[in-house]
Amino acid sequence: MRVQLSINGEKHEADVEPRLLLVHLIRDVLRLTGTHIGCDTTHCGACTVLLEGRPVKSCTMFAVQANGKSLMTVEGLEQNGKLHPLQEGFMAEHGLQCGYCTPGMLMTGYAFLGQHPTPTEDEIRVAISGNLCRCTGYVNIVKAVQHAAATLREGAAR
Amino acid sequence: MIPAAFEYHAPASLDDATALLARLGEDAKILSGGQSLIPLMKLRLSSPPHVVDINGIPGLSYVREADGVLAIGALTRESELEESEIVRARYPLLHDTCRVIADPLVRNLATIGGNLAHADPANDHPATMLALGAEVVARGPRGERRLPIASFFTGPFETALVPGEILVEIRIPAPAARSGGAYLKLERKVGDFATAAVAVQLTLRPDGVCEQAGIGLTNVGLTPIKAVQAEASLRGKRLDDTTIAQAARLAAAAAEPSEDLRGSVEYKKDLVRVLTGRALRKAVERAEGRR
Repeated sequence: MRVQLSINGEKHEADVEPRLLLVHLIRDVLRLTGTHIGCDTTHCGACTVLLEGRPVKSCTMFAVQANGKSLMTVEGLEQNGKLHPLQEGFMAEHGLQCGYCTPGMLMTGYAFLGQHPTPTEDEIRVAISGNLCRCTGYVNIVKAVQHAAATLREGAAR
Repeated sequence: MIPAAFEYHAPASLDDATALLARLGEDAKILSGGQSLIPLMKLRLSSPPHVVDINGIPGLSYVREADGVLAIGALTRESELEESEIVRARYPLLHDTCRVIADPLVRNLATIGGNLAHADPANDHPATMLALGAEVVARGPRGERRLPIASFFTGPFETALVPGEILVEIRIPAPAARSGGAYLKLERKVGDFATAAVAVQLTLRPDGVCEQAGIGLTNVGLTPIKAVQAEASLRGKRLDDTTIAQAARLAAAAAEPSEDLRGSVEYKKDLVRVLTGRALRKAVERAEGRR
């Protein structure tokens, strides 16, 4: 089947089998390998991408379901060579150890901060409860999201 | 993991979808949110030759209260229910429920219709709909019919829907004054199925006597369970320590759990007793406006 979709503002087209998972289209066909595959069983969230602005697990969607849709992956965060404040936050607060969950954490965090500019720790923890960090580095991930929230608020105030 | 090959259909209208489903019969599965179906297909526990994606059918996603009924379109995502102001304000049992299903990412795709039609006894909405006395609307090639939820779940992963029918709407009676409900679930971690969960919906008279009680149990049997004896024990009674303890014991007696990694039979039955007691107290507080 012919699938047309937009990823990070760029149009893509591919001929796919209906059983091809969205994450395999993104990684193997379109070669956007920032998105990870972790558990492959809808638990870990390493494969999180934004579908029409909402974070979803791309291992639990068929590529054909994304036909005509607009997606964002971790490659879309950096703009003109400048990291997104959320990426800066993960660097500043050591929000990653092995880094495997990071693309998913970033995508969930990005959508979350768009809705919650001044989040509490509890709100952040609920928001990332579908993203597992097997290094268990949640304390610094929460701090990284808070760091980004503060940067984004400063930017908005300026 | 890669699912078995299948033919993909994306009908643009309900009529097209029901005609297609009637023709394909047992060879077809409906793809709604896909958060149960796709994992099952990846594990090859399900390998349907045809998948009928209903996400492109317009007009199946809504939450509206009119004429004493809350009508919910089957394609409404759990996250949309969670964000619905009317659900938050007037249907606390439903609000409790949709917030503890799977995890926030899954809830962005998972639908209420899929949660019911999949008829997994571990799913959360079935017990809640049993407690609320909901109806589901099924649309088939020969038109629509309404089914009371109490006769909808016919077995594990089996419902009263026949091939060709699509669950299109859930209808919940609007709560009378002095009504309240609660859903309490014990899960080992976010995203796991319930070890056990209990849904309670109550309506009290002005003098505090219980007029109506609905109690549903999650993941303690081959189907979701309506604890009818526990419900009956409360009607016409004031909810106090004694009547709550009795109803909780009757709910535990109605549970038919099996032993698994989440716990023994005895543990799960006692968990139902404890959760029922707590849910009843919370429902009373909410019915009395104390939250």
